[in-house]
Amino acid sequence: MSATTYGWLVLLFPLLGTLVIGFGFRVLPGRTAGWIATAAIGLAFLAALGALIAMQGEPPAHRELTASLWSYAVTVGVNVHVSILVDPLSVYMILIVSGISTMIHLYSISYLEEDRGFARYFAYLNFFVFSMLLLVLAGNFALLIVGWAFVGAASYLLISFWYRRSTATRAGIKAFVINVLGDAGLVLGTYFIFKHTGTLEYLGVFKAAPHVFHSGEADIVAGCLLLLVGAFAKSAQIPLHTWLPDAMEGPTPVSALIHAATMVTAGVYLIARMHVLFELAPAAQDVGAIVGAATLLIAGTIALVQTDIKRVIAYSTMSQIGYMIMGVSVGAYAAGMFHLMTHAFFKALLFMGAGSIIGAMGGEQSLEKMGGFRKAMPFTFACFVIGGLALSGIPPFSGFFSKDEILLVTAERGGWHWALYVVGYIGAFLTAIYTFRMIFRAFYGEPVAEARELESGHLHHAEHPTNPANGELEDTDVGFPGPHHTIAERALPMRIAMSFLAIGAIGAGLIQIPEVDQVVVNFLRPTFAGSPLYEPHTRDGLLVFGLILGTLLGLAGIAIAYRIWVKQPVIAVAARLRFGKLYELLWHKWYFDEAINLLIVRPAAGFGRWARDTFERIFVDGTLVGGSTGIVRAGSAAVRALQTGFLRYYAALLVLGVGALGLYFLLQS
Amino acid sequence: MSALLFFIAAIGAISGAVGVVVLRDPFYSVLALVGHLLSLSLLFLLLRAEFVAAVQVVVYAGAVMVLYVFVVAYVGDSGSSLGERLRRGAGAQIGGARLRFGSALLGGALLVELLIALLGSGLKAIEGYGASYSPGPRTYGTPAYIGNLLLTRFLLTFEVASFLLLIAAVGAVVLARRRGGLEDGSQELLTPLGLARPRGTGTMAEGVTGLAFALSHDRGGANGEREEQSEPAIVGGETPDGEGGW
Amino acid sequence: MSIAWYLAVSAIVFALGAIGVMTRRNPLTVLLCLELMLNGANLALIAFARMWGNGDGQILALVVMTVAACEVCIGLGMIVAIYRRSLPLDVDELRELQG
Repeated sequence: MSATTYGWLVLLFPLLGTLVIGFGFRVLPGRTAGWIATAAIGLAFLAALGALIAMQGEPPAHRELTASLWSYAVTVGVNVHVSILVDPLSVYMILIVSGISTMIHLYSISYLEEDRGFARYFAYLNFFVFSMLLLVLAGNFALLIVGWAFVGAASYLLISFWYRRSTATRAGIKAFVINVLGDAGLVLGTYFIFKHTGTLEYLGVFKAAPHVFHSGEADIVAGCLLLLVGAFAKSAQIPLHTWLPDAMEGPTPVSALIHAATMVTAGVYLIARMHVLFELAPAAQDVGAIVGAATLLIAGTIALVQTDIKRVIAYSTMSQIGYMIMGVSVGAYAAGMFHLMTHAFFKALLFMGAGSIIGAMGGEQSLEKMGGFRKAMPFTFACFVIGGLALSGIPPFSGFFSKDEILLVTAERGGWHWALYVVGYIGAFLTAIYTFRMIFRAFYGEPVAEARELESGHLHHAEHPTNPANGELEDTDVGFPGPHHTIAERALPMRIAMSFLAIGAIGAGLIQIPEVDQVVVNFLRPTFAGSPLYEPHTRDGLLVFGLILGTLLGLAGIAIAYRIWVKQPVIAVAARLRFGKLYELLWHKWYFDEAINLLIVRPAAGFGRWARDTFERIFVDGTLVGGSTGIVRAGSAAVRALQTGFLRYYAALLVLGVGALGLYFLLQS
Repeated sequence: MSALLFFIAAIGAISGAVGVVVLRDPFYSVLALVGHLLSLSLLFLLLRAEFVAAVQVVVYAGAVMVLYVFVVAYVGDSGSSLGERLRRGAGAQIGGARLRFGSALLGGALLVELLIALLGSGLKAIEGYGASYSPGPRTYGTPAYIGNLLLTRFLLTFEVASFLLLIAAVGAVVLARRRGGLEDGSQELLTPLGLARPRGTGTMAEGVTGLAFALSHDRGGANGEREEQSEPAIVGGETPDGEGGW
Repeated sequence: MSIAWYLAVSAIVFALGAIGVMTRRNPLTVLLCLELMLNGANLALIAFARMWGNGDGQILALVVMTVAACEVCIGLGMIVAIYRRSLPLDVDELRELQG
């Protein structure tokens, strides 16, 4: 079978999974829905492997394969075909997406075991994977936009999965609104590009772009900036990032899949895919790099003071995506994609571990209430440590290799990019600190009551389930989390999933050790052929310097975290008091939410109120609606006045009519 | 001579008409109309329509006006005395003087128009005298002449007119039937094949097949079929009295 | 007298009848005025018949008379029925259909 047939199969299996579960959820017994969903994604992964093998069977120059299923719309000027593009970049992405998704589906089967929305969850999750695969496999802008929108919709459905929680629904709406803003940017950017190239198909656009656009021309810059708006909204970069921390309202596997491994990487994928266009718009590239670096730093600082364990990991995601965005914006395509893969492994692993410890706490997510779980949950602890070390960039874990490569290429661009280089390493330092702050606070120290319970073999359950975000009481009926919690130590599917990811977190770096093997670079080369930025000329001195610096910063961060949160917690309290203003700024997440509320939400709400009170009331209701009804009413009143019922009036009318008729004939003759 | 007769008859006709319109008491109006009719028949005679004149006297003045007299005698002159009208107050002011004036104006306009139409239209022939007098058994205006016309050229008209009279007779009988009204309550007309049908929903079936599907004469039903039904009832000897509504 | 005179009389009678229909309140009187109008028309018909010299107008006059008789029949029957139901015998009062 050809690679593109495998591509269609990759799309087909999750779609079938969604439909089967969605339509048959009433007849599927017990947890079958979960197994069906996992099998669907597993089959998709196998199909992705098949696509990989089939594609690698072609010579490198012929590895960009498209196939079109049918023509959706062929009109004057715009031809939209349902076509996919199977090339190294998309195969890379679908392998990551389907592989990680399979593990997360497996994990979810245990995590949501007695939730009343079990089947609904898996239908949504399969739909999400389908959308993400569609986004990645799309062969033209139209299908990209479709996948983009579907992914946003799936994200909304999954964030507000426990829909009776007011915080969850609000978070879902917030995510959706910001995503829609990104959608608008994406569509408008597509317009600007389509205006000159005349086609929506990727291969056509990329072939035509260098001839149609001059470097730095207004339209291409505008188009790329708008595409960046889409990328930033989806990948939670400043200033469109405010939805990601709130999105932690969704179940933990959702956070693992969508907000760590796949959906938030869509922006990175977009920039990498559109590299031909971005290289024609250096201004857009610079904007991307600066925004990525800014996000990296700001998110890192915020993560230092967060107390909700999932939010710490969320800000960490934001920071790492910042790395990736920065990477693909300065031309480190292979490095950025490599970091995407390693990050998917260890971030999903961290989230899964967080899910486990939240289960041990009976639904409580605050770090301030956790402590000393090391003895009670050894497996989870090990996974956290592996994930944390990978995240902090300690060799030989995977994060080490990928992160430093990005910063290396950044430095090689020269000029003001050195500032980004410095920022990147500061971010790495902060990453190590907040990651191990989280680990030390949760697992070291005096065991809390729940940990002691667990040590004696009893899993803690909250008496009255509450919303961890605002403490509201809730019941465990539909729309709320189920009464069942589980931890990794007790659930085999969770352990299997986490083990796979742990292996990946440890060993995935080995495929791209600098100077030793270049698997990712070689693999992706056919996609990026023709890009002058692709082949880095690695300066060995800088490379070694960077690697050592990265390691040192990582270890220093761990050491500082150890000193503060294991040895002398009083330092943290003292620092908080001394740097009060700074602490406030970080605690309120740099006041982005407040700023957006002030600048956008309030004016919009005010405008809405004005429209309702003034415009709607006076103009529409009064004039248009009232006026037309008034006219009709007056007219009918006038006619009604004729119907008096007085015989004599009728007689008079008759006579009048006869007279008029006669008059007419008289005048005629 | 004919001119003299014409003027006598014309004045009689017009004064009779005026009397009908002006006189308050309907009885006097009837009498005025009788006078008017007799003058009119004289005019007919002058126009050599002997048969029609005779019919006018016998039928119109003789039968129709007698009918009127009967009804006026029965009904009386209720509701048109000046005192009552004044006492009724605002309700009696509907129209009132304004309508009287307006209608007089309208009528006057109509008159003018008609006169213009009839007289001013340039018809030469109206200046003439029409057909001349030539006596004979079947000449113009004699009954034989009319009869001949009726049975040859105007046969259909003749038959239709007689049919119309039949309908009117039936209608009059039905209209004048005693009905109890809402206050009396309704009496069921029971039939051996009574079907359950909601009250007041008379259907064509009821109308066509007569009593077979009629369940009850209730108030407010469609009148058309009811009349058809009640005819056989009376003919057949059953005279349910006190049936509902009309 | 030429036909014109008869036509003039007919017009006057017709107009008087019209005024009466528009003016009077007692339905009996309204019907009487209606008769007036019919008679005016009859006169015109007979006059024109005389003018043309054939009997068509006279036949039509006979038919009009028939119709007038029928209409009087029904009208009087209705008046009697109204009277029997104790409703005011006044066309201004009788201006609402039942139900």
